[in-house]
Amino acid sequence: MLVRLLRTYLRPYRRELTIVVLLQLVGTIASLYLPSLNADIIDQGVAVGDTGYIVRAGGWMLLVSLVQIGSSIAAVYYGAGAAMRFGRDLRSAIFYRVGDFSQRELAKFGAPSLITRTTNDVQQVQTLVMMSCTMMVVAPIMCVGGIIMALREDVGLSWLVLVSVPVMVIAVGIVVSRLVPTFRQMQDRIDVVNRVLREQITGMRVVRAFVREPYETDRFGVANQDLTSTALRAGRLMAMVFPLVMFVFNVSSVAVLWFGAARIDAGVLQIGALTAFLQYLVQILTSVTMATFMVMMAPRAAVSAERVAEVLDTETSVRPPAESTRPTPDAAGLEFRSASFTYPGAEVPVLRDISFEVRPGETTAIIGSTGAGKTTLLSLVPRLFDVTGGAVLVDGVDVRQLDFEVLWRRIGVVPQRPYLFSGTIASNLRYGDPDATDEELWRCLEIAQARDFVEEMPGGLEAPIAQGGTNVSGGQRQRLAIARALIRQPAVYLFDDSFSALDLGTDARLRAALRPVTRDAAVVIVAQRVSTIVDADQIVVLEDGVVVGIGRHEELLETCPTYVEIVGSQLTVGASA
Amino acid sequence: MSERGQQKVAARLPAAGRRTGVGPQWMAMGQPAEKSMNFGPSARRLLDRLRPHRGPLMLIVALAVTSVGLSVTVPKVLGRATDIIFAGLIGRQLPDGITKEQAVAGARAAGRGTFADMLARMDVVPGRGIDFARLGQVVMLATALFVAAGLLMWLQGYLLTGVVQAAMLRLRADVEDKLHRLPLRYFDDQPRGELLSRVTNDIDNIAQSLQQTLSQLLTSLLTVIGVLVMMVAISPILAVIALVAVPLSIVVTRKIASRSQKMFVAQWAHTGSLNAHIEETFTGHELVKVFGRQREMQATFDERNEKLYNASFGAQFVSGIIMPSMMFIGNLSYVAIAVVGGLRVASGTMSLGDVQAFIQYSRQFTQPLTQVASMANLMQSGVASAERVFDLLDAPEQTPEPAAIGGPVAARGRVEFEHVSFRYREDTPLIEDLSLVARPGQTVAIVGPTGAGKTTLVNLIMRFYELDSGRITLDGVDITTMPRPQLRGQIGMVLQDTWLFRGTIRDNIAYGRPDATDDEILAAARATFVDRFVHSLPNGYQTVIDDEGNSVSAGERQLITIARAFLADPSLLILDEATSSVDTRTEALVQRAMAALRSSRTSFVIAHRLSTIRDADLILVMEHGQIVEQGTHEQLVTAGGAYQRLYDAQFTGPAVDQEEEAGPVVRPRIAVPG
Repeated sequence: MLVRLLRTYLRPYRRELTIVVLLQLVGTIASLYLPSLNADIIDQGVAVGDTGYIVRAGGWMLLVSLVQIGSSIAAVYYGAGAAMRFGRDLRSAIFYRVGDFSQRELAKFGAPSLITRTTNDVQQVQTLVMMSCTMMVVAPIMCVGGIIMALREDVGLSWLVLVSVPVMVIAVGIVVSRLVPTFRQMQDRIDVVNRVLREQITGMRVVRAFVREPYETDRFGVANQDLTSTALRAGRLMAMVFPLVMFVFNVSSVAVLWFGAARIDAGVLQIGALTAFLQYLVQILTSVTMATFMVMMAPRAAVSAERVAEVLDTETSVRPPAESTRPTPDAAGLEFRSASFTYPGAEVPVLRDISFEVRPGETTAIIGSTGAGKTTLLSLVPRLFDVTGGAVLVDGVDVRQLDFEVLWRRIGVVPQRPYLFSGTIASNLRYGDPDATDEELWRCLEIAQARDFVEEMPGGLEAPIAQGGTNVSGGQRQRLAIARALIRQPAVYLFDDSFSALDLGTDARLRAALRPVTRDAAVVIVAQRVSTIVDADQIVVLEDGVVVGIGRHEELLETCPTYVEIVGSQLTVGASA
Repeated sequence: MSERGQQKVAARLPAAGRRTGVGPQWMAMGQPAEKSMNFGPSARRLLDRLRPHRGPLMLIVALAVTSVGLSVTVPKVLGRATDIIFAGLIGRQLPDGITKEQAVAGARAAGRGTFADMLARMDVVPGRGIDFARLGQVVMLATALFVAAGLLMWLQGYLLTGVVQAAMLRLRADVEDKLHRLPLRYFDDQPRGELLSRVTNDIDNIAQSLQQTLSQLLTSLLTVIGVLVMMVAISPILAVIALVAVPLSIVVTRKIASRSQKMFVAQWAHTGSLNAHIEETFTGHELVKVFGRQREMQATFDERNEKLYNASFGAQFVSGIIMPSMMFIGNLSYVAIAVVGGLRVASGTMSLGDVQAFIQYSRQFTQPLTQVASMANLMQSGVASAERVFDLLDAPEQTPEPAAIGGPVAARGRVEFEHVSFRYREDTPLIEDLSLVARPGQTVAIVGPTGAGKTTLVNLIMRFYELDSGRITLDGVDITTMPRPQLRGQIGMVLQDTWLFRGTIRDNIAYGRPDATDDEILAAARATFVDRFVHSLPNGYQTVIDDEGNSVSAGERQLITIARAFLADPSLLILDEATSSVDTRTEALVQRAMAALRSSRTSFVIAHRLSTIRDADLILVMEHGQIVEQGTHEQLVTAGGAYQRLYDAQFTGPAVDQEEEAGPVVRPRIAVPG
């Protein structure tokens, strides 16, 4: 997954990545050249007392250092560029992909998860790319280069490199590979401790009411103890890392000195070369250690990459029509024709064989207990979901054969959760129609019984709205959402429990004001209150995804026991004790 | 800390800020550095919490000193090894049989003055190669030194982890304990997120910074000192050269860091604005689609995404420069040391092994130095967190519990309010001089608009808050004279807020009475209609309620809380909007069960839907903290007052939302079935 993601989204930046590798190559060679120059200082300067040579070689070393920093900085420049562009492109790809999702895919992931995937998970992968460009590329170059240089200095000692590098990798690898799951477990346990505290704080009244403080303290004590024991293990492992690395370093150095001394004594190695060799070994081991740590990061990025790829690989279940049909003007209205809907993987359908028709100028109310499928039914109209059986027709055409733009233009939705976007009142209302004039906005606010409070807000139409509309009350939010739908002047209105937060007076006035504007439109109202729907032209009673009654209020009181129960529960005491 | 508190403390300690914010901040880049208000005392108090571990701590310090001392000598010893090798190399080139003095004189005579100087300082025997016996000793010594140093360092880290974790265990336990002793008022006044962040993020932060600073600060400081001593001992001139690199690297990192700090701030700002947009678009997904606004949302996204890219590129690039720059400075001093050292070896004022040791020291010098510098930031943030946690620990607690009252545990259930006054805020009167009597077995219903003080009234019975004046008695005993657990143990409460903890449905019901048998739990679940929906869940009573409560609906959660109170089987029952989230048909069924539960005990019922309390023995109508009317349903309807208005409004249309004005409504009455 990770590899595929990297290959796809780094492809446009191949040039940058090649430059990074070349620059790191130059930089690494430069830093590998320094000990060699130092060796020359010793062998050809110090050992023979040639001070002029020492200064000249020093000048060279300075120059090489400059090359090294120059190429390193340039490598960071191109590396950061590639990594950040990669992140940008990936975020963009997810965002556009989610934009095409239907409610079904959105529900599958959940909005919070999608947000995390677009932000944190991309960040993880992006960091990996960045680290790769700066450190992980260097390690193999340094390793290979160091070995070559070491071989150049002395072939006889090079077996030390071949031994110490794997020893370092294994030593660090063993500790770190235990450290990573321990850290993960520690994070989980921190989460548990935090969750218990969160629960205690949010449920403080319940805890106190039931006098469960001792129980809570015990519960917390267990979580606290668990966390501490994991933290101890992690801390103790961490305490091993540095001494271990130093140990391998020092043993290698001592070995080089010991075996090198024999070769010097035998006359096959110069003393400067020995010092250089020592430094190469240190450089090689340092880069190998760094790389080992980095590699341990990869699994985390791989998990993130998988989560990202999962989104990118998900196709929307609601596809635009291959061939679009124009709506038929003479068959206006909305019709459910044996519509059924089953969630993917679920055994029981949410909606079964729903059939009814809403003609222009008519109001249909849908009532039923929670979980009866009312909201799902409405979602079928704008194709937030597609039916799994039967059809939904708008203006006589199956919604699946209409262009999205055409379909959505015909529909005005007021959702159950009246979400508002951050911006102003006006910007939210113009969601319905970007070209609406201020007069039109005010007219719709008036119908939605929202004019009074908008006028009172500082700035009126330009009053700011916080994300989600949290700075206005639930009732105000509902009315603004209604106004937003009215601006569109759609042919089909879908009100999903949109009057629940309104008091009865406002509810009545609003519905009275709606009547003239919706004269030519098909109106569907989902409601909980019987009072909201008594005068509907048609009431559909849903129970467990099936229509159990259809008709006017008076008819249903005669024919539909479920309806009678609902009405009864809202009007009378359930039982006389 | 709140802004108010910040100003207060800042006013008291005008100079506190000066001590903070030292050192390059590039290690903790990204998060704007948190400043503590009162660094010294808070840091001392944090360290005080380690006091019980004085013994191990002293051992840790001793171990650190020894291990740093040992490891600092290793390069010097290895330098000795180089010297021995070099001496052997030179010695072999000299003719056998002559003395060292003769060799020096010979060299001088040959015009190789520099070589002669060097030779004079060396420990050579002409004609003899490397002294492997001595080399072996030196190598063994070095090995022994670093093995010992490593072991001690590991032991020190091991012990320190134990100390820090034990201290954190205690700190967390103290905080949790404190939560249960704080008055509820404290939870009302603190924004919940703020409090949660204190007990979670801040404690985590303390643990992290304590572990890191304590373990590294000590060794880093000691290493800096040790290395410095060694360097000066080897060569004061080279030490000066090496030291020049220090201010240089500090200046450079500071320059770069202050720049990148700004860029990181910009990066976080743009991340925030992009995330807000993503969040908004994804949460409002269906609206964005149905209102055909996808293109606008995408355009905004592209714009912010591009801005984030630019900002993060800048931040990553600038901060990425730090490492190469440090390496460059390191290389500069390396070159300087190599050249000057080489010249000094050639002139015989220094041995080759010393130069080599020196190079190693200079590499060891900068690393702990930057570590110490970066630690300053970490310490800052840790102490700032500690301060917030101490604030919580110092908060005034609720009044201590009086001694338990003897006598019958089960109350008869007579509750009396005598001239009770209470206000949350001093300047806003809520309940003023309220008196009422609930006789044993009575059902008392409390109705009225939001903000009338209904919930407050029942909270006072639970003694969640202390009265400003007057008193409340249970069976004639002032409730403040009995311990809170004794009082609350007799009362069962179902709250509006359907709090459940993460655990199975069974455990959540059993929360009401931990010693209940499975049969009793099942009986409670049956009576409250929990059993009905639990049967449809795949895991039944073992279904885990998660944080978001996805597995059960809001109404079902509420039923579980009712079952929980049902199981507790209290003498007194308080139902605060107990069925507000349950749909009306289920509510009717639950009402039937509640009626049975209520029949034998005194109950207080706050209800939204008047239909549920019509048969109460006493109905109290509250407005603005006052009881404006009381009586039975029939009496109140005939009286034609506030209750009549509420009743009419609801019975012409059920489920009035009282948050909105519930004025007189002109609507046709709905035909009542049957």
